[in-house]
Amino acid sequence: MGAAVFAFYLFALSTITGGLFTVLSRNPVHSVLWLILSFLSSAGLFILLGAEFVAMLMIIVYVGAVAVLFLFVVMMLDVDFASLKAEMAKYLPLGLLIVIVLLMELAMGLAVWVPSDGAKMVLGAPIPSDTHNTAALGLLIYDQYFLLFQLAGLILLVAMIGAIVLTLRHRKDVKRQDILTQIYRDPDEAISLKDVKPGQGL
Amino acid sequence: MDDLLLEYLPILVFLGIALGLGIILLLAAAVIAIRNPDPEKVSAYECGFNAFDDARMKFDVRFYLVSILFIIFDLEIAFLFPWAVAFQDISMIGFWSMIVFLGVLTVGFAYEWKKGALEWE
Amino acid sequence: MTEIFSQLIAKVEIVTADLIASNFGLALILIGQGLLMAVFLLLSAYFLIYADRKIWAAVQLRRGPNVVGAFGLLQSGADMLKLVFKEIVVPAGSDKFVFFLAPVVSFVMAILAWAVIPLNDGWQLSNLNVAILYVFAISSLEVYGVIMGGWASNSKYPFLGSLRSAAQMISYEVSIGLVIIGVIISTGSMNFGAIVAAQDTEYGILGWYWLPHLPMLFLFFISALAETNRPPFDLPEAESELVAGFQVEYSSTPFLLFMAGELIAVFLMCALTSLLFFGGWLSPIPGLPDGVFWMLLKMGFFFFIFAMIKAITPRYRYDQLMRLGWKVFLPFSLVWVVFVAFAAKFEFFGSFYARYLVGG
Repeated sequence: MGAAVFAFYLFALSTITGGLFTVLSRNPVHSVLWLILSFLSSAGLFILLGAEFVAMLMIIVYVGAVAVLFLFVVMMLDVDFASLKAEMAKYLPLGLLIVIVLLMELAMGLAVWVPSDGAKMVLGAPIPSDTHNTAALGLLIYDQYFLLFQLAGLILLVAMIGAIVLTLRHRKDVKRQDILTQIYRDPDEAISLKDVKPGQGL
Repeated sequence: MDDLLLEYLPILVFLGIALGLGIILLLAAAVIAIRNPDPEKVSAYECGFNAFDDARMKFDVRFYLVSILFIIFDLEIAFLFPWAVAFQDISMIGFWSMIVFLGVLTVGFAYEWKKGALEWE
Repeated sequence: MTEIFSQLIAKVEIVTADLIASNFGLALILIGQGLLMAVFLLLSAYFLIYADRKIWAAVQLRRGPNVVGAFGLLQSGADMLKLVFKEIVVPAGSDKFVFFLAPVVSFVMAILAWAVIPLNDGWQLSNLNVAILYVFAISSLEVYGVIMGGWASNSKYPFLGSLRSAAQMISYEVSIGLVIIGVIISTGSMNFGAIVAAQDTEYGILGWYWLPHLPMLFLFFISALAETNRPPFDLPEAESELVAGFQVEYSSTPFLLFMAGELIAVFLMCALTSLLFFGGWLSPIPGLPDGVFWMLLKMGFFFFIFAMIKAITPRYRYDQLMRLGWKVFLPFSLVWVVFVAFAAKFEFFGSFYARYLVGG
């Protein structure tokens, strides 16, 4: 068994274990930690596929940013998880129904799955060894997929505005520091020297 | 084996070494040092009295806002990486498309600034 | 002397070529290299602590460690032994698994990033195409040690410290990323070998990236201070407010792991500064031979600056810190990326910003 195969089974197994315990963990923070394990091992799987850039993005964006937000939310939001758990029994039948529907959809989808001829050809084509996949991506994203790229930009803009609209509550009762006025203050205007005679005062 | 994967093998091995080192160091004290806990010793650090409630409390929503904004800018940087790597071969359309993308996000940034989302109080 | 050395290297190369052919030999070599790197890092951490304390002491007109061993050289070893013999106190109500996971994560992530850092041409564990992205990714994971440590302790000070620290670290990561983008645009590659090669011009020290990217050098260095929680940005462990931040409940070797991780992360930032802006192992004067010596010298110099800044600057206030990160560094580095892009695309300054033109 080669190292690559071994690594595949290692990562695949830890992805699945991570996913399973994300759902099963009693403590929500542990759930997020398992989720991070899952993300990291899927980054490993991407590397095995030769997709270095996607693997690194997986770590930077999902583990380094999204999971931090998740951790913030579950660690510090005072959600009563015990009562949430208690209500689970009520929704269990509905959940099971959805699971069955999803499984059936998946089965139907897979049953009629036929890979197109083009896909087979692409799979068979050798990966050119002289271009790195980051550079190859760079050549494609920005002009061939111009529109999608700009849409991604707009989505990010909407996300930014949405986050501010939803969470920002401006407080009026605090004193704020205006650093620029502090920096631009003229010492000549702010300070004046007075010659005070002893015993007289100003 | 693939050349590319061969470059990643040392990282996996190094991860093993680093983990081993960390765990050995951690266990060293657990094995060598005496352990003699008592209720006062293991109580949480406070100013001399017992904690009133759980330390994990609600906190300012601003921390969430910072981390959401961080995700957005992180994605922006993620988009910049392939562009920067392919910069020399990229077409004029590719070049200007990134400038437009940055422009759109700068609008968002200006909005943030104007709304005072970047202020910490 | 150099001839013997090069012959030796050639011999080693032949032997390694034979060894790589067999799987067992390959594994042995990889483990050997990994251990060598780990020993290098631990040794440097050992002496960096000593240097840090000596420099700090000298600024304050004290002697610093001078009792254990000659010039106090064994002080770090004595401290380490002391920590190993200390009792591990696990606070009541803490989450035990996460409590012990946190220092290990912070230590492992600091070390792991070194897998792609070259000390000389080709002297690295693995030569990735996406090396700098890898370092960026791994250093974005370092925040977990802090968050997990603060949360698991179930105590107020660590909790507040870790919150602060997490927000601080992610804020400055954005500007570090943008600075790196500028360097990549100039180079056209994310490989450290290529980045250093692009700085190899006939002008020696004047050809390195610090000159074209001068404002970004300062920005990167200051962000590095904030990213590694070094003074003047050591808010997470501001002792006047938060006792010791996320480390309050940690004792013994878990504390040692946090310490070592933090120091190795600082050293990583020194290495990154020398690679990205100061030509790595290139010699500053044309004609002098390049080599690992220069790299170590530059890293040592930047650590000296780190230590000096720690000694001479007062601590930042938290709101000022966030303002600096989001309102000054972020827009400035963004504008700089656009500027570098235009300068490289339209060759405003010849190949000054576009090193790939001259094929460096």
